[in-house]
Amino acid sequence: MAELTDLTIAAARDGLKARKFSAREITEAHLAAMGRARDLNAFITETPDKAISMAGASDVRLARGEPAGALEGVPLAIKDLFCTDGVLTTAGSHILDGFKPPYESTVTSNLWRAGAVMLGKLNLDEFAMGSSNTTSYYGPVKNPWQRRGDNRPLVPGGSSGGSAASVAARIAMGATATDTGGSIRQPASFCGVVGIKPTYGRCSRWGIVAFASSLDQAGPITRTVRDAAIMLGAMAGHDPKDSTSVPRPVPNYEAALTGDVRGLKFGIPKEYRIGGLPTEVERLWQKGVDWLKAAGAVPVEISLPHTKYALPAYYIIAPAEASSNLARYDGVRFGLRVPGASIDEMYENTRAAGFGAEVRRRVMIGTYVLSAGYYDAYYLKAQKVRSLIARDFAEAYKKCDVILTPTAPSAAFAIGEKMDNPIAMYLNDVFTVTVNLAGLPGISVPAGLTDDGLPLGLQLIGRAFDEATLFRVAGVLESAAGFAAKPAMVG
Amino acid sequence: MMIEGRTGKWEIVIGLEVHAQVISKSKLFSGAATDFGAAPNTQVSFVDAAFPGMLPVINKVCVEQAIKTGLGLGAEINTVSVFDRKNYFYPDLPAGYQISQYTRPIVGKGKLLIDLPDGASREIGITRLHLEQDAGKSMHDQNPSKTYVDLNRSGVALMEIVSEPDMRSPEEAGAYLRKLRSILRYLETCDGNMDEGSMRCDANVSVRKPGEKFGTRCEIKNVNSVRYVMQAIEIEARRQVELIENGGKVDQETRLFDPNKGETRPMRSKEHAHDYRYFPDPDLLPLVLDPKRVEAIKAALPELPDAKRERFVRDYKLSPYDAGVLVAEREQAEYFETVAKGRKDPKLAANWVIVELFGVLNKQNLDITKSPVSARNLAGLLDLMEDNTISGRIAKDVFQIMVETGKDAAAIVQEKGLRQVTDTGAIDAAIDKVIADNAAKVGEYRGGKPTLFGWFVGQVMKATQGKANPAMVNERLKAKLGG
Repeated sequence: MAELTDLTIAAARDGLKARKFSAREITEAHLAAMGRARDLNAFITETPDKAISMAGASDVRLARGEPAGALEGVPLAIKDLFCTDGVLTTAGSHILDGFKPPYESTVTSNLWRAGAVMLGKLNLDEFAMGSSNTTSYYGPVKNPWQRRGDNRPLVPGGSSGGSAASVAARIAMGATATDTGGSIRQPASFCGVVGIKPTYGRCSRWGIVAFASSLDQAGPITRTVRDAAIMLGAMAGHDPKDSTSVPRPVPNYEAALTGDVRGLKFGIPKEYRIGGLPTEVERLWQKGVDWLKAAGAVPVEISLPHTKYALPAYYIIAPAEASSNLARYDGVRFGLRVPGASIDEMYENTRAAGFGAEVRRRVMIGTYVLSAGYYDAYYLKAQKVRSLIARDFAEAYKKCDVILTPTAPSAAFAIGEKMDNPIAMYLNDVFTVTVNLAGLPGISVPAGLTDDGLPLGLQLIGRAFDEATLFRVAGVLESAAGFAAKPAMVG
Repeated sequence: MMIEGRTGKWEIVIGLEVHAQVISKSKLFSGAATDFGAAPNTQVSFVDAAFPGMLPVINKVCVEQAIKTGLGLGAEINTVSVFDRKNYFYPDLPAGYQISQYTRPIVGKGKLLIDLPDGASREIGITRLHLEQDAGKSMHDQNPSKTYVDLNRSGVALMEIVSEPDMRSPEEAGAYLRKLRSILRYLETCDGNMDEGSMRCDANVSVRKPGEKFGTRCEIKNVNSVRYVMQAIEIEARRQVELIENGGKVDQETRLFDPNKGETRPMRSKEHAHDYRYFPDPDLLPLVLDPKRVEAIKAALPELPDAKRERFVRDYKLSPYDAGVLVAEREQAEYFETVAKGRKDPKLAANWVIVELFGVLNKQNLDITKSPVSARNLAGLLDLMEDNTISGRIAKDVFQIMVETGKDAAAIVQEKGLRQVTDTGAIDAAIDKVIADNAAKVGEYRGGKPTLFGWFVGQVMKATQGKANPAMVNERLKAKLGG
């Protein structure tokens, strides 16, 4: 039943309604795909029993002719950063060993209410800290794509590597993901799928293991823009349990896909033409400009002058918040505990054994930048940079409606590359972190292949809470690019 | 108060930090209950236990209580304030940080008048008031090798109220605490029960020669009664004087007061000096208050002790001291007003409440809300005195019976036949009999021994079982003996 795993969410929804197939058949097809693709290491926990029972319940509702939820019978996979009631939730970390939350995150609750089916929990960088999904305690995720004529396993990007890989490999129709500095968009670009980070405050953070609270935002990874619109519509919404969630109605994103961008102004930020950008990436960016022009949109040269300070500011703010957010993993109440002779020793033993090298590095950076005597020079200055970056965007949006950039400075690289140089790894986020710092929505759309056959994405950045425009332009870009390539493993 | 040292007089400089638990049904950032004395870990939400993905949501009631308290202290209310994280590791601090307010508290500068024994008042500056979470409780004495943690208190709202270093004696510190507690109770924002830990005090103490700069201060942590705070301050000040006079230097440190040994001693070693790494909590937006809401809370404030005391002096002609005693607790003041309202002689009412009633309550260790004599009944007793139904002397007997039985005065007077005799005929008859029975004494009196008059009064009163109106006895007796 390979064709069932190839369906988009929109097609599955329509087919289920027309009773062309059952939710159970779709789910079984995906569980079979999951079994065949274990080599990718995309899942930390598979929940086939749960999937079958949820699909069965969907079929009952469909048979009764009850009004179908937006995702009725659609099999999804969940990044293992979302707490799921009674199902192991690890954040990709040893320190959450055996942790089964007695509650369900708001975003996943929303999905289940919309009728979606849970396939399992997806691998990720430990506590979502990484750009290659190599920092997970549960091992690296492999990208389903490979370079032409080269068998070396590639990274899927990160931190939502399992999410992007599972959707690209046709194991899940869609996956939840989170994005703190690019963790939805960069893996989407690396795996040839669509990923949107909505505006900060659009999705509730309640029940999502926190990395950097002022930057974290949940979003979907899917194979088409329309699917992303459907899935985000189900995930988003105000949640009184999250004080940073915004009480604004969620528009019908699918209805925004009109295909009409005539007269729309799209900005090209000159500061994103960084030195050393591969020509393939440069060329694709130019193609994007041409496609949108051809559709009747108008390119505008814009300036985001503080872009060069974004990465350093991000790598101060995110670790600072993380160092405090991760203090609760102390071995006292849940997860791993490594005993010690004193309470301090227990803390040290537990956290040394429980956290991997990248998490330890960021906790130490964060602790340092918040320390007395350094706070003003680092954290406070980074916050000022953050305000300037937000102002850059506000100025730019006086001249344009959306901004077009590459998603990442390169295509997927091999597992093991860049591992010894954290700075080179951090550069992956150069086009994406500004969006988190400004709290804006950003979407990555697969737009082409490199010379050796790896996907590349283009990023569109929108105004705050204007995901609708983002979807509309992304839809046009998607049609123009006509990206139809699949990883070799799925034919 | 000055400390007399070897090298001269030393002045004590005191600032107090009070942690007052906010009266609210649920915690500062979670819906868990806040009842005192519940079984361990029965009032804990996943937020309080800092489970992954849990987020704080501000409790509006706690915010209103802080505003109310700020207004009660005559303080500025900051319409924008910010919650910060204070980071440190401890098992009873589940998140590894306490949510507090560091650079931008909800309440700014205010003041508090303390009442001194000589009837004078002195103004003590309030630096700030901020909202913060309480931590849980570590119990080290339940198991030889383990520490148990009770998170019931974790996340309960506290107001930290910081004074300026304006106090100069343990007595002033005591007066400050009593006054603050009184205001908090009037406002119903904190129950002020230090023995239950819902009001806790840290005292910053230093010494200096009068007129010199502030000395280095020590902070005495978590003292749990007014008396102990006063003792701790005095003991700590004397320690510092002795240390300095012996050539030593005071280290700025945190100390604990041991009331059994009568000493203070250092609490934390230097290696554990904390760097709390304060930063704004990214889970919470700045707290923005609508000035209209602040105005509405202000308009609904109850009359506070200082205003009430002023009014008692003005309207009831009480001495400032008596008025101060009565207003210290809202329930006492209300009791007094019930007794005194509309009375010709409100000072008499004050005397009865302060001397007779408080005497009984003190002896029986009772709160005024548990008084065996209700305010209405005491008013009834005073009515009987005012309309001459009974004399003041009989009234004391009646009051005693009221204390024992809880009955009202009129019923007791009726039952025991204690009504005062005001019938001139009956009084004259008694006087005539006394004069007739004691001819010799009458002779002595008339012969130039006027001091015997009191003896005659006593005889007449005895003859009437004390029920004769004393003024009338005086008047009639004088007339008859004189004639």
